[in-house]
Amino acid sequence: MTREYLFAGFGGQGLLFSGKVLAYKGLIEDKNVSWLPSYGPEMRGGTANCSVIISDEPVGAPIISNPDVLVAMNLPSLDKYEAAVKPGGTILVDSSLIERKVNRDDVNVYYVPATKLAGENGAPTLANMILVGKLLETYGEYDAETVKTALGKCVSARHADLLELNLKAMEIGRDFE
Amino acid sequence: MADKVLMKGNEAIAEAAILAGCRHYFGYPITPQTEIAAYMAKRMPKIGGTFLQAESEIAAINMVYGVSSAGKRVMTSSSSPGISLKSEGISYLAGADLPALVVNCQRGGPGLGGIQPSQSDYFQATRGGGHGDYHMIVLAPASVQEMAQLTIRGFELADEYRMTSMILADGTIGQMMEPVSFDFEIKEAPEKPWATTGTGMKRKHNVVNSLYLSPEVLEIKNIERYEKYAKIAEKEALAEEYMLDDAEIVIAAFGIAARVAKNAVNAARAEGIKAGLIRPITLWPFPEKTFKKVIGTAKQIISVELSMGQMIEDVKLATECKVPVSLCYRVGGMIPSPEQVYAAIKEAAEKAGE
Amino acid sequence: MVVFERPHALVDIPLHYCPGCTHGIVHRLVAEAIDELEIEGRTVGIAPVGCSVMAYDYFNCDMIEAAHGRAPAVATGVKRADPENLIVFTYQGDGDLASIGTAETVHAAARNENITVIFINNAIYGMTGGQMAPTSLPGQVTQTSPYGRDVTQCGYPVKVCEMLSMLDGPEYLERVAVNNVKNVRTAKKAIKKAFQNQIEGKGFSLVEVISSCPTNWGMTPSKALKWVDEAMIPYYPLGVYKDRSAGIVPGAKEEAK
Repeated sequence: MTREYLFAGFGGQGLLFSGKVLAYKGLIEDKNVSWLPSYGPEMRGGTANCSVIISDEPVGAPIISNPDVLVAMNLPSLDKYEAAVKPGGTILVDSSLIERKVNRDDVNVYYVPATKLAGENGAPTLANMILVGKLLETYGEYDAETVKTALGKCVSARHADLLELNLKAMEIGRDFE
Repeated sequence: MADKVLMKGNEAIAEAAILAGCRHYFGYPITPQTEIAAYMAKRMPKIGGTFLQAESEIAAINMVYGVSSAGKRVMTSSSSPGISLKSEGISYLAGADLPALVVNCQRGGPGLGGIQPSQSDYFQATRGGGHGDYHMIVLAPASVQEMAQLTIRGFELADEYRMTSMILADGTIGQMMEPVSFDFEIKEAPEKPWATTGTGMKRKHNVVNSLYLSPEVLEIKNIERYEKYAKIAEKEALAEEYMLDDAEIVIAAFGIAARVAKNAVNAARAEGIKAGLIRPITLWPFPEKTFKKVIGTAKQIISVELSMGQMIEDVKLATECKVPVSLCYRVGGMIPSPEQVYAAIKEAAEKAGE
Repeated sequence: MVVFERPHALVDIPLHYCPGCTHGIVHRLVAEAIDELEIEGRTVGIAPVGCSVMAYDYFNCDMIEAAHGRAPAVATGVKRADPENLIVFTYQGDGDLASIGTAETVHAAARNENITVIFINNAIYGMTGGQMAPTSLPGQVTQTSPYGRDVTQCGYPVKVCEMLSMLDGPEYLERVAVNNVKNVRTAKKAIKKAFQNQIEGKGFSLVEVISSCPTNWGMTPSKALKWVDEAMIPYYPLGVYKDRSAGIVPGAKEEAK
């Protein structure tokens, strides 16, 4: 099985980081993975995206035309990629930043006010991880142990305090109804 | 998973170089390869190595020339416009028969071009790039694992043949993360009795030089170098073959283009089209023998490139123009989609069936 | 009995330089310094592109021929390859060091790279047959300034020691000449000091040697030496421009001293 994820939003929202945590989780579970960022000046606040592929087969092209999962953290990203999502796929919307609804009825849509929740829970920069928590939960793939290990691989040792906060954010996402 | 880490292609090159015993890196910032410099800046001081941000690409390649003259494994990295600047130094390295590793993480050109991935430095890499008759060994990784593996191989080949190895990567492979294992067996650098390490008052002085004012001598130097190149072409050409045995439509693609093409070949096979792939891993020497194998069985070859058609010339030469060769491309930083390549395969298959 | 001998660090072959050229003198001074400091076995010299391109044949130590202007970068590489052991010098002309290689010169100095630079300033491109150099004097007639160097069109000469002395990096900068016995003696001391500094790890040391080029200046050797006194030295005053260890640091604020 192969699942392709596209994280899209503004630079600075931590999209590349959330993709990395997801990819590491795949690696820990012995899957084939690839992680491909958009790069260039947009990392200073323009649009940014990150493609992650997790597969039982060797990963071919790391570039995604039609994602199974879209995580949209701003309106331009939803506008741009909504139509590309595979039928039967999943769209996660940060509903505190995107007011409109998804127009398609052939995909599973989850609205999570991630930025708002992040602010309320003392982790204003971790809306991205709330969405990853929710994403894993919707696929029934939130394994606490693996998540923690994956986070440990992505957060450097000198920011150990951030590890707990990231974990908390993911749990908020997981538990959000 | 135990021994694998998730790493960017550029970082994998840097780590592999350190494993290969490279303790000297010189570079100048340019997107999309700066992670190599950043990695080296962090690691080299901790292992007694040298990281130096040079005043220019030109200075960097000449610092490489200096370290190589002194007999140590050394590298520099850049992206397309920077490689043009280094080309003078690369020619001198060739003329002085010095080993070195140069990484080109290609971006769109010409001129300042763009910063997105490209393969349009193929001619520059395989034909030399600088002035004079010479070649580099050109290695084209298609994964982060290969970024590491071919970096190590590049150092080994450079030392063995006393010439420059170039890693011809692109922005995508450089920027993407994949799991990579660094479990390599590495050949140590051979003795370098020609190096300028000081005579110790025990031998005649060594001279590292590319100047030969006598045309008779310079001619012999060039001919000898090309005899060495012929041996390398015979021995070191390398390609991956994928579903080639019964392939009627053969894709030729390297690096990121080959990754995309593989998806398309799989899709075509699922539709019953006999498609296959040749992925050159060495671009110089070009894996001619692999291409010659499909003369007679292939009805069409499609060269998939992130250029206006550069490798396609080598494909035609290798197949002696006995198989029709077409081009499927995107340029300027764009990458062909698997769908685009699949459509090209399908069209070729339909034409071949007529 | 004192016998005037060839320094060991010079190879026993005829030099290719023109009659009256001062490269031969400077080669000898460099070789004497290497001999006296007993460093030949660990010295690596870098030859430039220019008249002294074949210096790699003349010095007995290991030698490297560099691309035009790049000798300080090559020297940086060699020095960094074995900083504890190797003594590295470049030998460069004015076109090489002050025109095409300006960036490499300035940045090696700014880094205080622990190397020795011997800079031959003869105000002309010799090897290519007498074209205007970055150090050609205002009004100087050359093949490419046939009506005299017109500073309104091609600017002013580059004064290397003065320019580099404004940098915090370099350890030692001195301008000398080799047009008479007294000046040759001073030059010898300066060159030896530039190597000694490197041995002591003090850093970038450059000796600019005002030299003559009778062939391309269109003068007899003796006239050329006179022209050094009358035209070159007034424009390029001799002396120490920087010697950090001796407290000679121009441009430094009082409190910085």
